Amino acid sequence: MVKRDVRSETIIDERRTWFFLDGKSLLGYRDLLFLMVRREWVAKYKQTLLGPFWFLLQPLLLTSVFSLVFGKIIRVPTQGIPMLSFYLCGLLPWAFFSQCLNSISNCLVDQAPLFAKVYFPRLIIPLSLVLSHLMTFLIQVIFFLGVSFSFSPRFLMLPFCVLHTALLGSGVGLLFSAMTAKYRDLKFLLGFLTQVWMYGTPIVYPLTLVPEKWRWISEINPLTAVIEEYRHFYFGTPFVIHPQMMALSILFTLFVFLTGLLMFNRVQETFVDFV
Amino acid sequence: MAKVIEVKNISKLYALGVVQFNTLRDSLLERWRLWRGERKSPLERSLSSNTFWALKDVSFSVERGEIVGLIGKNAAGKSTLLRILSHITKPTEGRAILRGRVGSLLEIGTGFHPELTGRENIYLNGAIFGMRKSEVKRKLDEIVAFAEIEAFLDTPVKRYSSGMYVRLAFAVAAHLEAEILLVDEVLAVGDISFQRKCLGKMGDVVKEGRTILLVSHQMAAVENLCSRALLLEKGRLTLEGSTEEVIKQYLKGNGRLSEKFFKGEAQGHVQIKMTLLSEDGHPVDTVRCGEDVTFVVEIHTEIPLQKAGLGIGISDMWGQRIATFHTHYQCDSKWEIQEKAIFKVTWPENFLCPGPYLITASVFEGEVAISYWPNAATLNIAPSDYFKTGKLPNPSHQGYVLVKGKWEVRDL
Repeated sequence: MVKRDVRSETIIDERRTWFFLDGKSLLGYRDLLFLMVRREWVAKYKQTLLGPFWFLLQPLLLTSVFSLVFGKIIRVPTQGIPMLSFYLCGLLPWAFFSQCLNSISNCLVDQAPLFAKVYFPRLIIPLSLVLSHLMTFLIQVIFFLGVSFSFSPRFLMLPFCVLHTALLGSGVGLLFSAMTAKYRDLKFLLGFLTQVWMYGTPIVYPLTLVPEKWRWISEINPLTAVIEEYRHFYFGTPFVIHPQMMALSILFTLFVFLTGLLMFNRVQETFVDFV
Repeated sequence: MAKVIEVKNISKLYALGVVQFNTLRDSLLERWRLWRGERKSPLERSLSSNTFWALKDVSFSVERGEIVGLIGKNAAGKSTLLRILSHITKPTEGRAILRGRVGSLLEIGTGFHPELTGRENIYLNGAIFGMRKSEVKRKLDEIVAFAEIEAFLDTPVKRYSSGMYVRLAFAVAAHLEAEILLVDEVLAVGDISFQRKCLGKMGDVVKEGRTILLVSHQMAAVENLCSRALLLEKGRLTLEGSTEEVIKQYLKGNGRLSEKFFKGEAQGHVQIKMTLLSEDGHPVDTVRCGEDVTFVVEIHTEIPLQKAGLGIGISDMWGQRIATFHTHYQCDSKWEIQEKAIFKVTWPENFLCPGPYLITASVFEGEVAISYWPNAATLNIAPSDYFKTGKLPNPSHQGYVLVKGKWEVRDL
């Protein structure tokens, strides 16, 4: 039976929107969101021998390499924290952040063939990407926490840290996706930017290693605050970063996220015309 | 009746120079020039001359339960119109109102993921079209049966044959519970028997009171399915009317049938009336396979014909010709017709597979066709025990014609 819902009237006109977020239609497509997340997940590890174990194996391998190079050879101090835990604590959030950033920034161009053929709220795609990376990240965090730490009230900070990371990563990602839809140049820039951003953030070294005179440069990087949060949350190390810089990072994150959302929303309406 | 689609003065402007705008450098340079007060840069000038209207001032409306064909040459703006109506892109001017849930089949199989199984893809594809999970679940059996992929439901679609792939894709799309369906040339998928099934499905959809806007280059499909048609030419809606009238206009403009071809009819010289007779001489539209069928064509002409001839074609529902009866090839004589004549040709023991067929007719003067009727009659073939084996021929396994075979099997 066809439901004759005459109320569902669609009006199509030339007006373009900045501030219109169609929450109702997003909700109507929630099944698509879940299926997209599932697709990301299932497709990634189909036809692999170890399947989901790669979620844990990958960061372990990466961490081992960093421990070897930075810890054993260059001998970077780790604030008295066991080397493996120290690198894991920096690299896991970084991986979450950079995956959000990279996959979202390419999502409009990557999904253009799909977008050109069928309409659904475009925001579903970046949302599903964040959710699928988030699931990976949470599994990793919970596993490594379970292995190496006992419970502490600091852990209640986890949702805040995760939200901060996700908003910053997807905010920058959305901005880039809106811009790369028109200017493909930025795709090349982004790869370079991610590299620089990683080493410019105290991920594989502690913030204390940066001379106090130059520390503000590192602290102005909004991601520094994020990593500091994780360190505090994992190990209870005191914040090295200035509280003002912390607040600045949070404000910046909110600003970038909202701008990204608006830009994405505006570009998605017509981008199929110029991809 | 309620108007479910209302399109008012929709226009869409495309910039051909868009390629030049694709790098950041050009765009920045552009801004820089504008900022410095150079009023019109070379880029801007080339851009303004390189725009074109893919659609210009298109207005029409479609009522509930109608199936409307949208025809026109390539690049006439058909797909752009469907894209705008399905919310994929915005019009430059104008507005459209769609009342009810819109489903668009602009391309089937979009969003299929090769690594996922048939079942997983049905859910995913359904969701992309805006179906809820529960809705897909309810229709799963129907979809699977329609696509004929029962045995492969839990196999990744990358292992599917291309036929299975398109069947599955079409099946999901066809079971969309939308009040308005926008369909772009997706009916022509799969083999002949599946195409017939798709046609049937489209007919069912309309019977349920839903509305379809159909783009197709297959005139026979448009002619059979649509009650009304719209003709788009270079972005403008040039004709809106009965399917027959619009198709005729389109074929003329398209040069597929020359002016000369239509000369007779255009001047109203020749009219025909076709009847089909069964074995016992009754007018019918359905005969069983293996029975005789007689085509009777009554020709009226205002100008006497000197060397008249007649061709009767049998085509499938897609307009694909299967066989032709033609005076020129089948009998030697050419007739003089003063005003009226009756041509009669009998096909003894027809061997068509069960299904619907289109009968076309053309009247010749000498060797020139002076008029042509693409849909002079419809012939339905009903199944019968053609091979005398007690088994009825099945159109989805046997193609168009039934051939008898002398079998010889030896045990070695």
